[in-house]
Amino acid sequence: MSMTAAVGRTHADPHHIGLVVEHPGPASKRIVTAYGFWVFLLSDIVMFSCFFAAYAVLSGQTADGPRGSEIFEQRNVAIETVCLLLSSFTCGMASIAADVRNRFWFYLGMAVTCVLGLIFLVIEFREFADLVARGYGPSRSAFLSSFFSLVGCHGLHVSAGVLWLLTMMAQVFAKGFRADVLRRMMCFALFWHALDIIWVGVFSVVYLLGSAV
Amino acid sequence: MLGKLDWSAIPFDQPIPLVAGAVVLVAILGVLIWVVVKGHLPYLWHEWITSVDHKRIGVMYILLASVMLLRGGSDAIMMRIQQAVAYQSQGYLPPEHYNQIFSAHGTIMIFFVAMPFVIGLMNLVVPLQLGVRDVAFPTLNSVGFWLTATGALLVNLSLVIGEFARTGWLAFPPLSGLSYSPGVGVDYYAWSLQISGVGTLVAGINLVTTVLKLRTKGMNYLRMPMFCWTTLASNLLIVAAFPILTATLAMLLLDRYLGFHFFTNEAGGNVMMFMNLIWAWGHPEVYILVLPAFGIFSEVVSTFSGKALFGYRSMVLATMAICVISFMVWLHHFFTMGAGPDVNAIFGIASMIIAIPTGVKIYNWLFTMYGGRIRFATPMLWSVGFMVTFIIGGLTGVLVAVPPADFMLHNSMFLVAHFHNVIIGGVLFGAFAGFEYWFPKAFGFRLDERWGKAAFWFTFLGFYVTFMPLYIAGMLGMTRRLQHYDVAAWRPWMIVAVFGMAVLSIGVICQIVQLVVSIRNREALRDRTGDPWDGRSLEWATSSPPPVFNFAFHPDVRGEDAYWDMKIRAQQQSLEHEEPEYHDIEMPKNSPTGFVCAFFATIMGFALIWHIWWMVILGGIGAFATFVVFAWRDHDEYVIPAAEVAAIDRVNLEERRSLVSMAGAI
Repeated sequence: MSMTAAVGRTHADPHHIGLVVEHPGPASKRIVTAYGFWVFLLSDIVMFSCFFAAYAVLSGQTADGPRGSEIFEQRNVAIETVCLLLSSFTCGMASIAADVRNRFWFYLGMAVTCVLGLIFLVIEFREFADLVARGYGPSRSAFLSSFFSLVGCHGLHVSAGVLWLLTMMAQVFAKGFRADVLRRMMCFALFWHALDIIWVGVFSVVYLLGSAV
Repeated sequence: MLGKLDWSAIPFDQPIPLVAGAVVLVAILGVLIWVVVKGHLPYLWHEWITSVDHKRIGVMYILLASVMLLRGGSDAIMMRIQQAVAYQSQGYLPPEHYNQIFSAHGTIMIFFVAMPFVIGLMNLVVPLQLGVRDVAFPTLNSVGFWLTATGALLVNLSLVIGEFARTGWLAFPPLSGLSYSPGVGVDYYAWSLQISGVGTLVAGINLVTTVLKLRTKGMNYLRMPMFCWTTLASNLLIVAAFPILTATLAMLLLDRYLGFHFFTNEAGGNVMMFMNLIWAWGHPEVYILVLPAFGIFSEVVSTFSGKALFGYRSMVLATMAICVISFMVWLHHFFTMGAGPDVNAIFGIASMIIAIPTGVKIYNWLFTMYGGRIRFATPMLWSVGFMVTFIIGGLTGVLVAVPPADFMLHNSMFLVAHFHNVIIGGVLFGAFAGFEYWFPKAFGFRLDERWGKAAFWFTFLGFYVTFMPLYIAGMLGMTRRLQHYDVAAWRPWMIVAVFGMAVLSIGVICQIVQLVVSIRNREALRDRTGDPWDGRSLEWATSSPPPVFNFAFHPDVRGEDAYWDMKIRAQQQSLEHEEPEYHDIEMPKNSPTGFVCAFFATIMGFALIWHIWWMVILGGIGAFATFVVFAWRDHDEYVIPAAEVAAIDRVNLEERRSLVSMAGAI
């Protein structure tokens, strides 16, 4: 605009606080997308924190039903944890492959991530089904309600993640490594890693602490 | 097949909701038929429904809020009349209906009036003030709006199909649990809030990212207009608080649908956990609403005083302080829960502390006016009216922050008067000020001043006559949500309040008349330069209404009050009239994604409320398909050629130059 023609920068520093670094202007799409997705992840973590808080409040309210130490199976949880942590690694490999536009390693990384995610989900589903079959479903006690919600909410996220993962593979297959596909891949990777972090919380708070009591 | 839904869901025995529903239905059908017959449907579809333009979406938010304001206002009128007549009698509203009305009134006014109004204004104005072409995620923005509309639709549907919650606007368990509320009322409440809550979260993420990552050259943080700062604070609160609401309502729904025991009386459920969780969202929520209003007043007071905002940095600090402290006071909503004197004292003190940054703001506005050349245009009237009213509301707030006083006043009409005092006097006055102030920017013509001033005075006086008596009734021991009462001392105050309500309603009618009159006189009220108020921030640096790309060039900002600066500099030096070099501009394409999403969300929400499981699955599949189709699109942007940009920009530049040279001549 002609009205913004350069003149002396007298107004740049009205409060005389010294150095003023001029803002360079709007950020690139890649940065904006990733930033927005981070903000979303933070909000998702706030939601999880409510379920964690509810679990902390209700974990002692067993209503004469089973306590955590009576129903948790360390071996299964250990396998689940290994699956998820490994899947984070393979997801990272897939991200690197996407960045260097290597289709083979991308598909391989994503496929292994998907399989590990599915193994996790199957183990979790069997744990839930087993508990319900023994009469320890979520309506048995407030403790079990909060347990099923917290762990189930994470499981739902993983399921959504698997759906997203398959969509990403299909997108790369159909569209190639386009800029917008790569941006989505970056968001997916962030999402998957965030689920891992939440699982570390679930593992520690629910299973490790829960087995002690 | 249809779950719990059958003919008994339609309240044939209750004339009021049925007639109201019929009138609304006829009105909607009438508008629809008129739109189709006149051939406006393609225009509506292409220019509004599928639009991803932040200005259009902002306008639609405000339209939704205005329509819902009438609905929530009707509820308010019915309640005031009921309490005026129901002395030693049942009045004209049976208890179960009255309970639905006060629940719907609160829910609608907070979620579907105040929220969309402020989000609409932020959407409309913030990208313009930041000097950019759109928000960070335009399509998501449209999704957010349509999900909010879905929530509003479901709430209104409950009027004629089934019932609404009878639990109050926050649906405290165990009353909202399955054993005490077996009907669909609470489900309508919870699902419409879940759906619109997702919409709000999306809007929050979008605006946080916009303010933090999309600013024009030189727009450093401490050069942003105050409204951008309050938008940032408010949306940070949305991002941090709305997930709490989502989680809490999810727990309530799990209790109701799958027999969980979060908030039940049996099997170890904990009712007070609901109170803690819901208010951990609920208290930040009031600041989510009022912070943008503070921003609006800052813009208005500074513009109409012809001065830069006094103490800009202290204002920024106060805003961010409120943003943080608002998360540390939630317990003052239930001092009577019995958390003990230590806990109550801490939260009481925190609640008083939050009044300090708010007081800082009041002084900043007063000192901005001091020594300024004040023009009492309608937006300024709303701002001054706000300052007076909000101080009273703030003082009664500090009063109820004292736990012993709160034990006396908890759940009384005093409390009702207090929060209406701050929400009407703060948020609604702010929304109206913003509406009057930015209307010319959105539509290219000003609103009629005479009707605007009449609207202000009727609303302002009506507010006092309605709500001051409620303070007194509360002091006299009247509790809230009474369907009838037998205490003679309360009666006169209820009658005064109903007269106040009538005055307030005249104010609302004046505002509708103002809109009609202004549209009819739009040629006379036309704003040709894009700067009708002699404004200071960048939204006034483009034409009214702005072109779809907002700015032909990203403006270069050199200090606070960016546009004021530009005007001063343009006057000081002879203007060069050389033609700037225009470039092609890429803009996001329209997308029906938001509308389609909302369509499936409506189906899913309705099916969930009525337990129609096959329809839930159908809605879910539809939603996922929408997501995939949207992800599959190949071109999401179109190019506006430089020649077209030039043609649009030249017209406005000419108008502006003539204005500047005129001012220079004087």
